[in-house]
Amino acid sequence: MNALLSPRATAAVTTRVLTQLRRDHRTLAMLMVLPVALLALLWWMFDAVPGDGFSRLGPALLALIPFTVMFLVTSVTTLRERTSGTLERLLAMPMGKLDFLMGYAIAFGLVAAVQSALAVGVSLWLFDLTIVGNAWLLMVVAVLDAILGTALGLFVSAFARTEFQAVQFMPALVFPQILLCGLFIARDAMPGALGAVSDVLPLSYGVDAMQGVASSAGAGAVWHDAAVVAAYAVAVLALGALTLRRQSD
Amino acid sequence: MMNNLVDVQGLTVVRGGTEVLHDLDFSVAAGEVTGLLGPSGGGKTTLLRALVGVQRITAGSVQVLGEPAGSASLRSRIGYVTQQASVYDDLTVAENLRFFARVLGVGDSRVEETVRLVALGENRDQIVRTLSGGQRSRVSLAVALLGEPRLLVLDEPTVGLDPVLREELWQTFHSLANAGAAVLVSSHVMDEAARCDRLMLMRAGRIIADDTPQRLRERTGTTDIEHAFLALVRAEEAA
Repeated sequence: MNALLSPRATAAVTTRVLTQLRRDHRTLAMLMVLPVALLALLWWMFDAVPGDGFSRLGPALLALIPFTVMFLVTSVTTLRERTSGTLERLLAMPMGKLDFLMGYAIAFGLVAAVQSALAVGVSLWLFDLTIVGNAWLLMVVAVLDAILGTALGLFVSAFARTEFQAVQFMPALVFPQILLCGLFIARDAMPGALGAVSDVLPLSYGVDAMQGVASSAGAGAVWHDAAVVAAYAVAVLALGALTLRRQSD
Repeated sequence: MMNNLVDVQGLTVVRGGTEVLHDLDFSVAAGEVTGLLGPSGGGKTTLLRALVGVQRITAGSVQVLGEPAGSASLRSRIGYVTQQASVYDDLTVAENLRFFARVLGVGDSRVEETVRLVALGENRDQIVRTLSGGQRSRVSLAVALLGEPRLLVLDEPTVGLDPVLREELWQTFHSLANAGAAVLVSSHVMDEAARCDRLMLMRAGRIIADDTPQRLRERTGTTDIEHAFLALVRAEEAA
């Protein structure tokens, strides 16, 4: 019988997704330049204000950007697979659902790695972001956030019929997580009910992990938060697998 | 020896609360090109989808190569071309084929063969979005041919193609059948019927005739399949 995961099929999907992205110069440029531009904006905003506001908020932005961007890119791309008939065709071939999902997760994880390397590098060396922990950890967390965004995008694409609808899932699923992740008000200062909601939202842990690296938190606490993000990503990918149907009515 | 590639018994499909296929029985042998003809909305696509195994069936059984349609082991042995060209618009012809070849686990030499088979040699490095409608559906057909399928299912594959190419594609279908495959082609264009070894005329979820083009014309005393189809519909309505 088929193995659960076929490296050949997974690699085929990853290569194909990256080739498609390479063709789309405008999207590729925006993926790489926009995070840096947003960080520059944040840095400039705090330029005339005493204190180190950039170092306080910068790490959170490094978590938000890959999550949000990969959510959008994946939800639209996989919706296209669903509506163009290519997904049905693939599932009628010897293609495992996990191969399909992992192929996407790896492709966008790689893109996120490059994107974050740029953003982290510019933050550290150009904008003097001060961090206590290891810069590599920032990138690991950014990639995990990106994979979480990819997983969520894959999942919601099953509930959209058009790209227009898919994009509307961003204010529905991403904005609340940004509001409640502790960026605006510390999570423990929120009303009890909202704090509880914040505790079950995955992005909260992504932002915590980033801020942990930046501040004094020990590597243990950072890995704990990162593991929570990874666990959520795996769980949402599993939910995504349920939406890939080989048969339909 | 049993050489039926497809065996359908009592196939019934309900979609959205409406029964669209009513208790169908038929079989398809290796080596023949079967045409599935009938007006749009008659259930042709649903029937083809059931054979490929992507359509959930309500009752009956569909056996392909001795296994229930949709079985994992059938996935590399069936080629399916949908009406909509299911390929990636933003990749070149060759990139599309190489991707699907990897998924199927066939070598890149097959990519070059299928490109030639569908006469897209000059367009192999062209982005699919920039191709004409007919060329795009040929890319989709090439994907279906990659794995040298035992059963080839084609939903309206010749729409929008010029006569020369249509002729060539029908030759391809026949050479595949001669090599031992079963080919099932749907069409709502009756003048394609004469090219099939066997015709199944379908209307409102039922197969109203199943015979060779020659015998269908003789039975109805008509000179072409369009008139034969009309005669059969009238006879059925009168009954």
